[in-house]
Amino acid sequence: MKKENDNEQESRRSFVEQGLKAGLLTLAGGALLAKVFGKSESKESEETIELMSTDGTLMQVPTSAVEHTHETKPGYDPREGFPNRKFVMVVDLAKCRNARKCQSSCNKNHYITGENAWIKIYKMQDNEKSAPYWQPTLCQHCDEPACVKVCPVDATFKRRDGIVLIDNNRCIGCRFCMAACPYSVRVFNWSEPWQGEMAEQSEYTPDYAGVPSQKGTVDKCDFCPHMIDKGELPHCVSACPNDVFSFGDMYEDSVTNGSGQSSKLSKLLKDRAGYRLMENLGTQPSVYYLPPSDRVVDFEEGLKNYTEFKSVDKP
Amino acid sequence: MSTTYDQLVKDLAPKKFGWKGNTWMIFLIVIILVGLYSYIQQLRHGLSITGMRDYALWGIYISNFVFFVAVSLVGSLITAILRLSNVHWNTPLTRIAEIIAVAAIIMAGLTIIIDMGRPDRMLNLFTHPRLQSPIIWDVIVISTYLVISLMLLYFPLLPDFRILSKYFQKNARLSKWYGRLSLNWTGNDKQRRIYSHSIQALSILIIPVAFAIHTVTAWLFETTYRPGWDSTNFGPYFIAGAFVAGTSAVIVIMYVLCKVYQLENYITDYHCDKMGKILVLLCLVYLYFNLNEYMMPTYKSTEEEATHLRSLFTGQYARLFWTAIIGGLVLPVIVLVFPQGRKPVPLFIVSLAVVLGAWWKRYIIVIPTLSHPFLPIQGVPESWRHYSATWMEWSITFATLANALLIITLLVRFLPIIPIHETAEERNIVESSLTNSI
Repeated sequence: MKKENDNEQESRRSFVEQGLKAGLLTLAGGALLAKVFGKSESKESEETIELMSTDGTLMQVPTSAVEHTHETKPGYDPREGFPNRKFVMVVDLAKCRNARKCQSSCNKNHYITGENAWIKIYKMQDNEKSAPYWQPTLCQHCDEPACVKVCPVDATFKRRDGIVLIDNNRCIGCRFCMAACPYSVRVFNWSEPWQGEMAEQSEYTPDYAGVPSQKGTVDKCDFCPHMIDKGELPHCVSACPNDVFSFGDMYEDSVTNGSGQSSKLSKLLKDRAGYRLMENLGTQPSVYYLPPSDRVVDFEEGLKNYTEFKSVDKP
Repeated sequence: MSTTYDQLVKDLAPKKFGWKGNTWMIFLIVIILVGLYSYIQQLRHGLSITGMRDYALWGIYISNFVFFVAVSLVGSLITAILRLSNVHWNTPLTRIAEIIAVAAIIMAGLTIIIDMGRPDRMLNLFTHPRLQSPIIWDVIVISTYLVISLMLLYFPLLPDFRILSKYFQKNARLSKWYGRLSLNWTGNDKQRRIYSHSIQALSILIIPVAFAIHTVTAWLFETTYRPGWDSTNFGPYFIAGAFVAGTSAVIVIMYVLCKVYQLENYITDYHCDKMGKILVLLCLVYLYFNLNEYMMPTYKSTEEEATHLRSLFTGQYARLFWTAIIGGLVLPVIVLVFPQGRKPVPLFIVSLAVVLGAWWKRYIIVIPTLSHPFLPIQGVPESWRHYSATWMEWSITFATLANALLIITLLVRFLPIIPIHETAEERNIVESSLTNSI
């Protein structure tokens, strides 16, 4: 009985394999054909698309001249990141009213079951006379990350696309990175995370939501490479009802908020005097903040959600 | 002072434990077993059995680790520095210092493993090391220091092992083992030359390595941005503190061994007086570094430093801080500057206070800083704001201390506490029974 089953599986596997091979052959053939006839074709059909240049002007470009660099697979290495990209986030403090949807969505999608939320919304007040404001704080994905510098085993690493990740299969749990991070964004799995079946289904890779979490290792915000891969925004960005977050690519000089509106990054930072947290430390974060001036929301409104001593709802 | 050679060997040869020794061993083993139980719980349930959480991410394991590294430094002081400066009064203390150094550095290594979230992946430190991490520097220098310390303990023992092999002739097994360990030492000129050269070389070699272990341990903290750790003073500050901790540990153990084994002929009031003077000097140097460490940030009082310092001077940690500074440094200096204070009994009591103060001083260095991060602590349970060690954490920590004492006890059981060969040479006592014993 068992033998037959094995045979059946064997034949199915070989069928799948052959199918894959055939598919690959077709693809390769198609690519070859395109290469041979590509040039003459593009001259004949002058199909164009509209693109925005880095200085913000719109222009018409023939489709054939556009190279698609964002298609990640194959050749995508979780330690190298998406080629030719540099991710950046802008947090507009003028819009945050502590709705905490970013946190609950992040917790839900990363299967955070304890008090160790990856994103925290701090009640800030710079001095007695200035007004208080809400500051969502996540991993700053620094270009000079203090955490990566001190890691003894190369478990936490910086990718070419700007993202700082943790390989939970490598981490020895010394917590030196947590001590080194000035933004206190790193959390530790002090006990078994118990994330349930959903989290345990997938095989672990450092870039897929850090799932499943592992006892005795460090976790933190991962900038959602699994969402970027699907061409979608990170969970916190799309969950925010107030469009506080915008996410994008530094090379494209463009960021997009949860409602899908894109803005030019350099203009946004210039107009609104964007800043980064603890610039003086030289960590070069990838997260920019827009100051909480000319606010469109009421600070007081957020107080009803403010829980000083506990993290928000867990999945 | 007319001790004969036979009397000398009889006095200094290792002795079987009486009921006191056995009770002491059982006491230590019980503490270790309790700690072992807690550690098994920690392996099963994770570091959640400790009082550490995301903000207080290091606790007494790390401060205990710093304490062990500090104590281990003393091997280089008593043995190497005094040997190189041609001082001879320290001969009876060299072995004790080396034994303490070896025990402490072994336990430092083990303690850091206890603190790891994934001890099962310890080998990653060797298979995926990144040289820019101070932890890797620590792994390198601590293992180097362990090897040199073991050699510095072993080499001077070679002639003593030969002497013991003869002394224990009636006990064939013991005699055979001591004979093997002596590596065919006969005491001829060539052997003596190699012996003194290699000890000289090791004494020179161990000083930079000893400085390195504690400087690197200081850098574990100094490489972060955190208030209280962000200091340029930390390397020498830690080394000065280490000499204080180690010297007082040697005095405490020296006193106990002297009483237990009736070694008053060898460890005299003179030695106590000398060690007392050294301790005063070291305490003053350490106080000077403390002044630098706390005065200047207080003068500037930047926002973060001020919050941190307030918690030490008047806040949550004030009682601990002032007890460690005054009880563990200032008062000992005041007592020890008087000749009466350097008599064995007061010296022992003062040194005990200094050792305890040194342990808590490391707690003060490690823990308060972590409860004052740059961004506010919000959205976590109230208990995460403060750190207090759980009983399991304490039991593991006590077990590491007991284990260090157990290593010392076992070494004392089988090694001559006071170098026989060197003492005999210094006192010009010739081996009278040489001919008839071969």
